[in-house]
Amino acid sequence: MALAEKIQDQAILRNPANFAPVIDLNGLSVKFGGRPILQNLEGELRGRAIGLLGPNGAGKTTLIHTLLGFHPPSSGTAHIFGQDITTDAKQIRSLIGYMPERDSFIAKMSAVHFVRLMAELSGLPSEAALERAHEALFYVGLGEARYRSLDTYSLGMKQLAKLAQAIVHGPRLIFLDEPTNGLDPPARQRMIRLVREIRDSGKANIVLSSHLLRDVEECCEEILILKDGRLAVYCNLEEERKSNRRFLLLETRGDQEPFAAAIGALGCEYALTGDHRVKVVLQEGVEVRDIYRIASKFDVQIRKLSYKRDSLEDIFLKAMENGHGGL
Amino acid sequence: MAVYEHTYKQYLGKLTPEWSRFLVIPRHAFRDVFRSKLFTAFFIVCFIPVLIEAILIYLHHNVNAIAILKVNIQELIPIDAFFFQAFVNVQAGFAFFVTLLVGPPLVARDLRNNALPLYLCRPFSRTEYVIGKMSVVLILLSAMTWIPQLLLFLFQSYLEGAGWFVDNLSIASAIFFASVVWILLLALLSQAVSALVKWRVIASGALIGIFFIPSVFGEVVNNLFFTRWGNLISLGALMRNVTSGLFGTFVRASTHITDWDGRVAREIVVNEPPLWASWFVLFVVCAICLALLSRKVKAYEVVR
Repeated sequence: MALAEKIQDQAILRNPANFAPVIDLNGLSVKFGGRPILQNLEGELRGRAIGLLGPNGAGKTTLIHTLLGFHPPSSGTAHIFGQDITTDAKQIRSLIGYMPERDSFIAKMSAVHFVRLMAELSGLPSEAALERAHEALFYVGLGEARYRSLDTYSLGMKQLAKLAQAIVHGPRLIFLDEPTNGLDPPARQRMIRLVREIRDSGKANIVLSSHLLRDVEECCEEILILKDGRLAVYCNLEEERKSNRRFLLLETRGDQEPFAAAIGALGCEYALTGDHRVKVVLQEGVEVRDIYRIASKFDVQIRKLSYKRDSLEDIFLKAMENGHGGL
Repeated sequence: MAVYEHTYKQYLGKLTPEWSRFLVIPRHAFRDVFRSKLFTAFFIVCFIPVLIEAILIYLHHNVNAIAILKVNIQELIPIDAFFFQAFVNVQAGFAFFVTLLVGPPLVARDLRNNALPLYLCRPFSRTEYVIGKMSVVLILLSAMTWIPQLLLFLFQSYLEGAGWFVDNLSIASAIFFASVVWILLLALLSQAVSALVKWRVIASGALIGIFFIPSVFGEVVNNLFFTRWGNLISLGALMRNVTSGLFGTFVRASTHITDWDGRVAREIVVNEPPLWASWFVLFVVCAICLALLSRKVKAYEVVR
């Protein structure tokens, strides 16, 4: 029972619709020298982990920078935790951690010194900053190397140090811009595991910008796909996964016609596709066990039952083909 | 919380006041600066003129010491505005060399390593960043210019009496303002050059160039046209005039003598540019530096 409750709680936590908006985009547009980079972005993002996808030049990094207050919007605005990015930038930045895409360091510093400095700039007193710097570096797995100069770090270690400085002050929202860039598979796994751990802690929301669909699929519950500075697709991955579980593809042996008709009688849509295959869309209240029951009744063997798997890659490719979408 | 508890935790403790956060930058920068033994030694050397000044003031008021050293009191330098101005100028020279060592890497290093987004993604503004970086130079130079000079002024007042203190308060204000203008100029110029050039060595070279190349050019103009208006492009000359103005020792008219064929050919009286012109040029230089810093100190430079 406890396990069932825990699973249900997890399901509630995973569904972005159950949360207050983290980021609220209100017609956000950004222009650089008259060239539109972001155009009229609208929508509410609520997920614990929000994926920002798009091809190169789609405006992902510009969106993050605008939310951080680095670029002023040319029109519209956005709210983070209810605070306006144009008027409350400083308050917003006190709630945010940012891991930039490019190498960003302060030269000639050890990791612990660097992370401590970043914590102090976020407003932590010196002693607390030092303590948190040690903790953050241990947390990301750089505990043993924390006194080494950052100049001597490998690419993977530098990425982890960047993550440490982003979380050292315990922000409520963390922007991760291409966190797995240039990492080898074990380092990538480690980074993904850390992102998921932070997400599952429930103490911080994450915005993960990446062009690697797998990273986003593994970490995020909500996806925003940008194309040419516009919102191409908003997708609640959790809802998508749930609805995909209603689409069944059955491979059967036996008389399909009465079997399919009986499924239809339950109110489910179905289609016979030949080669002993039946496609079924389950209605609310109808479960897979009902299908097995009908199959048994009509003496039909179900040799294979698979769910529709609309991968993120499919969603992404569709978004690239189609026009714009909204929330 | 122990470091072995590897979980993500929010920070719920007290925060430092926002106004004080710019001081984090100089605190961490000093650790780096004084790690160099060479710099530390040089910084100590910068206090030798202050020591000499203190000895001279002491000698002036110690009859026994004068008797032992067999020095004629009349031969000793008088302790007046000229005395303090001379030492302010000496310290200004040392301040320039300290700036050359400390100033150029401050912003340049951050720009080269893309560190600005890390500063500016926090509740830390561009203005606080610039003030923080400038205060590294300002604090160091204050420690070797107006602070010891004012202490020596108080020492002299103590030895001479309250009357001298009251009569010469203008010297104290001149010490303070002349030093502050100079160190502000150095701090702004070094940060602007540092932001513009990005490479420490080139930035140091550029800073030397900014002070010396216009000075040479100004001197050429002065000699060619028998004028002193060429001083307006020499930062050293500008500061000399401004400092003299503050100490009340500024004299506009000066004599320029051209010796031709071994004899005095003609004598021309040329005037220094008025003080307001010197102040105005310094103001323009500072404004340009601020504009440059405002343009370059950004989280990301937008390529249009």
